[in-house]
Amino acid sequence: MSLASDPVRAVRDEKGTPVLDENVRITVRDLTMAFGDFVVMRDLNFTVRRGDVFIIMGGSGCGKSTLLRHMIGLLEPAKGEIFYGNESFTMASPEKREELLRRFGVLYQTGGLWSSMTLAENVALPLAEFTDLKPAQIEEIASLKLSLVGLAGFEDYYPSQISGGMQKRAGLARAMALDPDILFFDEPSAGLDPISSRLLDELILELQASLGATIVVVTHELASIFTIGSNSVYLDVDTRMATAFGNPRELRQAHPDPKVRRFLNRGAESEEAGHVQEK
Amino acid sequence: MGNPATSIDVSAGHDGRALVKLAGLWSIQGELPEPEAAAAQVVETGPSEVRFDTSGIDRWDSGLLIFLIRFEHLLAEHGIPSERAGLPEGVRGMLHLAEAVPEREGARGQAVELTPLASLGVHAKAVGHGATATLEFVGSCVLAFVSLAAGKARFRTSDLFLFMQEAGAEALPIVTLISFLVGTILAFVGAVQLEQFGAEIYVANLVGIAMVREMGAMMTGIVMAGRTGASYAAQLGSMKVNQEIDALSTMGIDPLEFLVLPRMIALALMMPLLCLYSDLVGILGGVAVGVVGLDLSARTYYEYTKWAVGVDDLVGGILKASVYGILIALFGCLRGMQSGNSSSAVGEATTRAVVSSIVAIIVACGIFAVVFYVLGI
Repeated sequence: MSLASDPVRAVRDEKGTPVLDENVRITVRDLTMAFGDFVVMRDLNFTVRRGDVFIIMGGSGCGKSTLLRHMIGLLEPAKGEIFYGNESFTMASPEKREELLRRFGVLYQTGGLWSSMTLAENVALPLAEFTDLKPAQIEEIASLKLSLVGLAGFEDYYPSQISGGMQKRAGLARAMALDPDILFFDEPSAGLDPISSRLLDELILELQASLGATIVVVTHELASIFTIGSNSVYLDVDTRMATAFGNPRELRQAHPDPKVRRFLNRGAESEEAGHVQEK
Repeated sequence: MGNPATSIDVSAGHDGRALVKLAGLWSIQGELPEPEAAAAQVVETGPSEVRFDTSGIDRWDSGLLIFLIRFEHLLAEHGIPSERAGLPEGVRGMLHLAEAVPEREGARGQAVELTPLASLGVHAKAVGHGATATLEFVGSCVLAFVSLAAGKARFRTSDLFLFMQEAGAEALPIVTLISFLVGTILAFVGAVQLEQFGAEIYVANLVGIAMVREMGAMMTGIVMAGRTGASYAAQLGSMKVNQEIDALSTMGIDPLEFLVLPRMIALALMMPLLCLYSDLVGILGGVAVGVVGLDLSARTYYEYTKWAVGVDDLVGGILKASVYGILIALFGCLRGMQSGNSSSAVGEATTRAVVSSIVAIIVACGIFAVVFYVLGI
């Protein structure tokens, strides 16, 4: 066993004292992300706790989606580590990693539905691959998941036959196929009209409440951030570091960095906070 | 249209300030004057500042803006400031917007002109990377086949059958057409030469051996590279753009097993069958020329073909076809998986898939020729 996956070493507080906290689901330690020589973000440190709706926010091009892609293993860190619970994801063996992956659900920015399969087949594929259920049971579960996201009756549609908002919801149904502990959303409201976007937010909150899942959302939609976010990290594009952590509603009022306040107030200072609609 | 002419009039004022009068149509639709001459004129008068009078301007658009930006830039080099009060309000607003965000440092550095030597180096490095990537891909494919043999590979058998249908039955019409024509071409070329010796009947041998040993496998290979290899690259490329491949990876499903394996198996199984069919149709093309053009009897043609073509010729051709099939599927899938994230990248991946597979087929054909010669087959 490598040192890094030692559970005691895995989670430490700022002073380096080992902490074994049952409630910490994801720990990002000293993460530096880079493409070749170009450093996207450096020295990221944060934790996501059980039941959080954790927002990764920041201006365009700051590396929000890149951070998400690191967290789900599509990109390898230049430095640092990511832990799920007390297990290192970065250092995990391929088998271990596959096992961890199966506890995630990911909703991609474009939906990422397999375009050659119907919606029901999309949801059914992970079930068929990773469970021993009978085909009839898999079909039932697929229909259930589709009805959870309001797509009952669309089982035999292909992704290209439905609207963008429906594709997002179908993607969510697929992400939930294996009843994951952690759901990742990459820009869920991108390309959606305000009403669909709001409905998706409500859906996320409902799912969070009933599944008790931990949710990580990449977004820059302020309305979504304040509606669903319980915790957040702000990535600053100029310094290439994370500059704020915490509940976005509190950050908006009280964060010492004016850049963070301006972002959360649509460019205005916090005195005008009242104009931003809050649930 | 009778455009009012665009005019620039520079005059020196009494207060040491130059006045530039702009008049007429300042539009990208018409002709635009260059600012150098006017700037030189202004510099000559040596003013402390430049003012503008634009009351004579008929209509303006971006044409006026680019003129002014360069004009002011030229004057700034001589330390002459300009007073924008005389410009139309819209122009001032646009100039202000254009200058609001300073150019990001290094943003322009992207497109650096390389010296021939440097670009040779860049290309050489790219070739090196390409070779490594190809080897890695081949290695991963082998691993995928190993896990298939161990019964652990994940893909849908329904996909496999679909790909077999696409690469097999649906390719028959085009393979028929090409093979028949190749057979007749071979027969005609042979007939012209053999007629000189009165040996027309040997057209049967020529067509038979050529089709079975070389042309059947190669023509099928080239048709399939353009047809199926290209489609594999396009499918995988667009799946990549659409994040479908990411979705497989994060679900713990190896895209290589799920997407590449069934395609490779389908093509490797279908190519030998197509090749066999192509051999047959090519020989029929030869028969058609022999019977219609050379007055040979179909019976004699059949006897000569049977006498000329041996089982090892047939087996050799089919072996080649299987190898070509694997190469086509390999390069089709490799280029698809390597595709970038844009529609033009998918197009490029498709092109590269076809080019790489055809090159690979020809190279493999050469290697086979040498090996068969050495082995005396």
